[in-house]
Order: sequence, then structure tokens, then C-alpha cells
Amino acid sequence: MDFGFTEEQELLRKSAREVLAERSTPAVARAVMESETGFDESLWKTIAELGWCGVAIPEAEGGLGLGWVEQAVLVEETGRAVLPAPYLSTVGLALPVVLLAEPGEMRSRLLQGIASGEMRVALALTEEDGEWFAPLKAAATKSVNGYTIEGRKVFVADAHVAHELLVVARLDDDFAVFAVPAADTAITPLPTLDRTRRLSEVRLDGVTVGSERLIASGKSLGWRPADRTALVIAAEQTGVAQRVLEMSVQYAKEREQFGKPIGSFQAISHKLADMLLLTESARSHVYYAAWAIDEGTPDASLAAASARVAGIEAGRFATAEAIQVHGGIGFTYEHDLHLFYRRAKWDELYYGDATVWRERVAELIAAT
Amino acid sequence: MDFRDTAAEAAFRKDVRDWLEANKPSGAVAGLGVTEGRVGMLRTWQRKLHEGGWAGLGWPKEYGGRGASLIEQVIFSQEYARAKAPSILNVIGIGMAGPTIIAHGTDEQKHRYLDKILSGEEIWCQGFSEPGAGSDLGALRTSAVVEGDSFIVNGQKVWTTLAHIADWCILLARTDPTAPKHKGISYLLVDMHSPGVEVRPLRQMTGEAEFNEMFFTDVRVPRDNILGDVNDGWRIAMTTLLHERGTLGFALATQAEIVLGEAIALAKKTLKAGRPAIEDPLVRQRLAQLHVEIQAMRLNNYRALTTVMRTGIPGPEGSLGKLLWSESNKRLGELMLEIQGPAGLLEGSGYAGDNGEWVYRHFRSRANSIEAGTSEILRNIIAERVLGLPKHK
Ligand SMILES: Cc1cc2nc3c(=O)[nH]c(=O)nc-3n(C[C@H](O)[C@H](O)[C@H](O)COP(=O)(O)OP(=O)(O)OC[C@H]3O[C@@H](n4cnc5c(N)ncnc54)[C@H](O)[C@@H]3O)c2cc1C
Repeated sequence: MDFGFTEEQELLRKSAREVLAERSTPAVARAVMESETGFDESLWKTIAELGWCGVAIPEAEGGLGLGWVEQAVLVEETGRAVLPAPYLSTVGLALPVVLLAEPGEMRSRLLQGIASGEMRVALALTEEDGEWFAPLKAAATKSVNGYTIEGRKVFVADAHVAHELLVVARLDDDFAVFAVPAADTAITPLPTLDRTRRLSEVRLDGVTVGSERLIASGKSLGWRPADRTALVIAAEQTGVAQRVLEMSVQYAKEREQFGKPIGSFQAISHKLADMLLLTESARSHVYYAAWAIDEGTPDASLAAASARVAGIEAGRFATAEAIQVHGGIGFTYEHDLHLFYRRAKWDELYYGDATVWRERVAELIAAT
Repeated sequence: MDFRDTAAEAAFRKDVRDWLEANKPSGAVAGLGVTEGRVGMLRTWQRKLHEGGWAGLGWPKEYGGRGASLIEQVIFSQEYARAKAPSILNVIGIGMAGPTIIAHGTDEQKHRYLDKILSGEEIWCQGFSEPGAGSDLGALRTSAVVEGDSFIVNGQKVWTTLAHIADWCILLARTDPTAPKHKGISYLLVDMHSPGVEVRPLRQMTGEAEFNEMFFTDVRVPRDNILGDVNDGWRIAMTTLLHERGTLGFALATQAEIVLGEAIALAKKTLKAGRPAIEDPLVRQRLAQLHVEIQAMRLNNYRALTTVMRTGIPGPEGSLGKLLWSESNKRLGELMLEIQGPAGLLEGSGYAGDNGEWVYRHFRSRANSIEAGTSEILRNIIAERVLGLPKHK
């Protein structure tokens, strides 16, 4: 048994933290929030050049050929820095589907595009009802040149800056995933509470794509992409929780009321201890799940779902209590805490909330 | 015991309800903040309330109030919440400054200030908190030094709600720096248009600028503008803080009841795992728990009211009520977004329930356990003053 990181993994974390400390400051996040496009081109270039999009992509497809442990290390760090870039949407939501798609030219094109950072890909799954793992209305039909897709996708993360959309639509008695050029669809950004990660409505009014753009079927994918996505979001939540915990501990040491640091009041110190407990628990779950996915262990799905639940708990509790520990200053727009609070809320409600994932855990443990 | 309205109370309730129905601004939305775009509407609304005789309900008639009984005030605040009437712009004037002036002011002060508070002609703010004095209000450092027939005020205040539109401020300042913490403070009424007063808006995490920083540089305040005696300000401030709660608890409990009703309606039309969220056992459990908490709030309030009506002395329920409301309201805010799933992440979109107002309410609720006494401080008060536990040293 060894639950420690390799030297390379430690190095990856260290270099990521350094880069992010310089390039992904709260000021950069605020600029992206306020901007029209919600996108920082030069920041994305930095990420692309570092190869961060290709961490979990095989070398043969232009990636770094590492695994989900390394991917989790990176996302924990980007969470810690509330990275305002369409990174999680690409590597956390879209990439798992592409990696598990049928081998072929389209998959290679997508993987290589993602690995190089030249292609941003968004997952267009949910519809009007906001349900994650539910029957879909969007439907594809076979046509002469390929498939024609009709439907409306809602809550699509970072669609407004994506090149390709992975559109999930009904096909015969299954569903299928199509790679659709974003330019062929009508994308309307929606006012999102985390404006560094905007949601959009995507309309597909009879968009026709070639048959090579059908990259996967529902039956072949199963829950495997969802395991990876759950893991990645949980890693981000861990990073968010860790950062607000650090901010709060620091503040509790400095801020004095009644002639003492507020951290000396147990009402405060116990909150901080609970934050640590939840954050460490989420972190343990995340790295176990990452390892389990990399190794393909039989409990990988259960581990990922558990990580998701632990991540939600940590992110929600830590960001809420961080505001409380900070008092009035924590409730201001000027203070950075709300950036983390918004990100944690996004992570909590996106891709199935705690209820959905606890239910998934329950199903899996009941089946054993 | 009897929880029903008496005939007179029922008649009063009907009057209030009819008047509000006929007069409240169309498209009125409760629970939203005092944002720039809403100030004009809120001013007009307060004037209308005043003309209708509904502002300062509990104030004596001689000061422009209605001299209404406590129970009538409660009925009004319940009906007000039920009608979803917009917040009262001069809430600090009517709820805090006015009652303190009535309790401690001179006749001249009462005539000068009270009527304009009710009509909303003069808006008030509360300058208590400072950067170094939040929970520990007694540590405040803003100074007031007597010079001729004036106080010269210097210092900084923070989190001052409405200061950006306020005409007057109830200000706590230190007049004797050598006295023990709570003994050297005076309670001043400061004209916000005086030279040397600078207000800088602060945005809240909701994105709205509703509170401010205030800087006082050699601000001249006439000596007559003191409430009570020099160095007796702490005692007077306690009157203000008592009134900060007042019958507000009833409005908050009714408001929470209404929002819970909206949450139930939303849960009926929102799908979760393929069926209406209202059928989801977890959603049901949480809605049920909130119902129990909100009813506890309402009933605790009634019990407190009866205690006051019988003995004239408020019981410990005030701190309990604020604590329960803050914590429940935060949970209600969380549930409102959760029921919606990803639509809960949208501010102002047709895909979000209630057009995204719930995102605002959710964010705003995060301050509930900080403003008007943090939950930690309330628990300390309950532990020390109600339960008689030893003080933390
Ligand atoms: C939306 C909003 C509006 C406001 N409007 C006004 C206004 O109009 N006028 C005005 O004067 N003020 C106003 N305030 C200020 C409010 O009263 C203070 O924020 C509050 O008293 C807390 O003070 P603080 O922010 O300095 O936090 P601090 O006192 O620094 O508290 C930080 C943390 O330490 C905890 N803590 C402090 N002391 C103890 C202790 N002894 N034991 C345990 N825990 C402790 C607190 O509970 C909190 O969690 C407003 C605040 C908000 C958020």
C-alpha cells in the first residue's frame, strides 16, 4: 500500500501552482467575469503550451500519456486558483467521452485537437429540464450524407468558446454522441452565477453531420465517462475548499475582536477544523478514485461517485463557512471569497447534485 | 390560549390587506434589495404608506404614528409580507433611529426628525460598525471632541447600509478615550451632507452596492445633535439594537413561510430524476424540516409577544429568533437553488425559476448570519445571558 504521489506528480503540482499563482490570479478571474466574451485568449495559450489539456491523452494522440491521477492533481490546482478558462469543460466534461469513443479518425482528430489546446470541446448533454441522466428529446436521424440532428441543449458549459460540441441525441433505441462544429449551431450564453464558466443554450435546427462524426453510442459508453467527470469536478471542489480554508485560517489568525484573534474562539476554530476534515476527506476520495479509474478496478465507479459526494460536501461547507468566518468583509464583492463560493456552487449543481450522486452510491453499494 | 384573531384584530387585518392590495406598486417584488434602479420606486412607495397612515405604526400619534398596539403591528407586518410589498426604504429610520429618538430624544429632536423619517423625506443610516469594531462594537474608535458648541468627528465606519442615499446617520463615537470601553461612547445624529463626510459604496457579493464605507474628517456636528448625555451612548445604542429586531421577526417568519410556499410550488413543476422534485423523498424531508423551523419561528415570536404584552419585559426569545431565522433562511436559500439543478446557476433567465431572483436571494441570505449580530455572537449571548454560562475569557 502506498497512498503517496510520485516525484513527477509532486513536480507537476508544484509547477502548476507556480504558473497559476502568476497567471490565474483573482484579478484575471474578475477580468474574465466582466468581459463580454468570458474568455482570456492568452491564458488559454499558456495552458495549451504547458500541455495541460493532454495530460490524460495517450502520447500517440499528441498527449502527455499520463493518467487521471495527474489530471486530478492539475484540476485540484486549477480549482485552488479558480482558473477562469474553459479547462474543466474540456478535460472534465468532453474529454472522457472522446477518450472512450470508438477508435477512428474523428476520435484522433478530437484528441489531437484537445491535446494541443487548439480545439476546445464542450459537452452538450442536458436539455430544458436540467436533468443529467434522463431521457433526451434531441434526436438524430440517418440521412443520405450522415445524420441530421434536431433539438435544443441547455446549460452547456463553455459552449460559447468551443470549437466542437459533443451533442448527445437519441438514435434508434439508444443515444449517440455526435461531434458537431460549434459554428453549425446557434449558441446563446445565459446569465450564469459563475461568469468565468458560462452556460449556454444551443439550438440544433436540423444540423447535418457526416457519419464519421458519430463518435460513440450510449450502450458502449455506459457510465464510464461519468465516472471520470465526477472525479474531475470533485478534484476541483477539493482545490476550492483547500484555498478558502487557507484564506480563513490566515484571517482567523490575523483578525482580532475582543482583544484576541478570532481563531481563538472555538466557534471559529471548530468550523476551521471541520473544513479541514471535509477537505481532506474529499482529497482522499479523489485520489483513490483517480487511481481506481487508471487501474480499472471493479470499484472505480463507486469510488468516483463517492468522491463526487465528498467533493460537494467539502466545497459547499468550506466556501459557506469561509464567508461566515470573515464576517462583513467576506460578504463583499471586492473580497475574493465569492469567486470561490460561485465556483463551488457551480460544481455542486452542475452534472448532478449530491442527491443524484448519493443515489448512485446507494445503487452501487446495494448491488454488491 | 387562543391563536385566532379577535373580531377587532380580524377587522384590522382586513383593513391592512385591502389597503395593501389597492395601493402596493404593481409588479411588487419582496425580498429584493435597495438597488439603484429601485430607489425612486421605494421613495414613492414609502410616501404612500405614510399618507395612508401605515408608516411607523407603533409610534405615538403625536409623532405622526398610529399608536397601534403590538398585536396590530404584528398583523401589519404579516400582511405586509404576505402582500409581497417591497421593502421599506427608510427601514433604519423607522425601525431604529426613530424609536431611539422617541425613547431618548428631546422634544425638539422629536419634532425635528420624526415626521420626516416617516414620510421618507429624510433617509437614515446606522454608523455603528468600524473596520476594527464589528462583533466587538465597544472597541469603536471614531472620535468626537467638543470644540465650542460642536463635536468634531473623525474616523471611519463600514458596512453602512444605505449611507449612499442617507441624509442622516445615527453615529456612535468615542467622546472619552480614557474611560472604560463602553463608558466613553456618545450617540450622535449626524447630517450626512456635512462637509467632511465621504461615502464610498461597497459592492456586496450579490453584485449590488447596498452598503458603504464612511469617512469622517473634522466633521462639525452641533452639540444639540447628541441623543442623551455625553458618554451615555452605549446604553442608548442598546435601545437601537433592541429595536433592530422589534416586530421584524414576524415579518421575517411570514416572508420565510411565503418563500417556502414558492419553493414547494417550484418543486412541483421541476423534474428531478424523471419525476417532480416534490416526490423526491430528500426534497420532501428538507421542505418538511424547513416548515417545522419556520413554524417554530412564528410560534416562538407569538410566545415572546405574549410575554411582552403581559409583563412588559421581552424574554430571551429575541436572540433565539434571530439565530433560528438566519440559519433557516440560509438553508432555504440553498434548497431553492438545489431544487432547480443547473437552472439554479442562472441569474435572470427564463430557464431559472422565478427569473433568477432566487440566485440573488440565495446570495443575500449568506449575510443573514453576519448582519445584526453574527450567529456566533448570538450563541454567546444566549449562553451567557440566558443560560448563565461562564463568560469566555
Ligand atoms: C449586509 C450587511 C449589512 C450591514 N449593515 C450595517 C449597518 O447598516 N450599520 C452597521 O453599523 N453595521 C452594519 N453591518 C455590520 C455588521 O453588524 C457586522 O458585520 C457584524 O457585526 C460582524 O462584524 P465584522 O464584520 O467586523 O466581523 P467580525 O466581528 O470580525 O467577525 C468575524 C467572525 O468572527 C466571529 N466572532 C467574533 N467575535 C467572536 C466571539 N467572541 N466568539 C465567537 N465568534 C466570534 C464572528 O461571528 C464572525 O464569524 C452590516 C453587515 C452586513 C453583512
